[in-house]
Amino acid sequence: MTPEEVKHHIKTYVIVFVALAFLTVVTVAISYLDIGVVPGIALGLFVASIKASLVACYFMHLIDERTTIYWTVIATAISFLILIFIPIGAMLAQARVY
Amino acid sequence: MEIPYNVKERPDTGLYNGKLGVWFFLASEVMLFGGLFSAYIFLRNGVDYWPHGTDYLDVPLATLNTLFLISSSVTMVMSWASLKLNDFKKFKMYCGTTLLFALAFLVVKYFEYSAKFAHDPPYLPSTNNFLGIYFTMTGLHVLHILGGMLVIGYYFGPGSKMWKTEPERFTNRIEIVGLYWHFVDLVWIFLFPVLYLL
Repeated sequence: MTPEEVKHHIKTYVIVFVALAFLTVVTVAISYLDIGVVPGIALGLFVASIKASLVACYFMHLIDERTTIYWTVIATAISFLILIFIPIGAMLAQARVY
Repeated sequence: MEIPYNVKERPDTGLYNGKLGVWFFLASEVMLFGGLFSAYIFLRNGVDYWPHGTDYLDVPLATLNTLFLISSSVTMVMSWASLKLNDFKKFKMYCGTTLLFALAFLVVKYFEYSAKFAHDPPYLPSTNNFLGIYFTMTGLHVLHILGGMLVIGYYFGPGSKMWKTEPERFTNRIEIVGLYWHFVDLVWIFLFPVLYLL
């Protein structure tokens, strides 16, 4: 990485920081909206996902990485989603029983 | 014997070994916290009433802590960028600032936990499922902060001697610690709305 490229990266880090701080305020503001529990959760997690993507893409440099790391991240994301869908699946199965 | 590929990229992966190693470690960390997020969904769906975070927790303090962690992530990545620009002084400044932000996070967390224990009746992990999962998840996260501070502190202090002898290897080490630190920030980005706001 050339010094010019690093300097360009530094500008991006500052912009991402401002975006993260702004989105933190948005996350808190959403919690005060009276839009119901499920839409509130969906919106809150949506904003959190944007923040997480910014951290992963720019601070962790995922936006410009090697294929080996992309495969590692994809395998991890699939495993994580399985973990999360186990209780959701159980909840849906229970809803069908009653 | 010299350890291979700690600076040079390994031909088959295109990465130095430590970087791939830390990504594998982070994959295991995702599953560790993922298990707890899964338990949270299970507990929350199993009851008719689930308290709102504000019933027990302090949102302004947690917002402040979120800002501390985000700031520490920026200073961490800036410390790596400073090394890439051959500016060791700036590295020290950013690395030290990262440690200060991490310490500020812990101080706020100490006041948060103290307020829970001092409450009459005390709010303990055994009080209910909400507080149980709150203390488990935030407690594990605090342990990760402490672990990160230990490693960052080492590279800020005695470990920084490596810059004089093997600058590239040292820069890679800071990149690896940074990846871990950003992951800790990333976990908090989800913990904050899930526990405090939703």
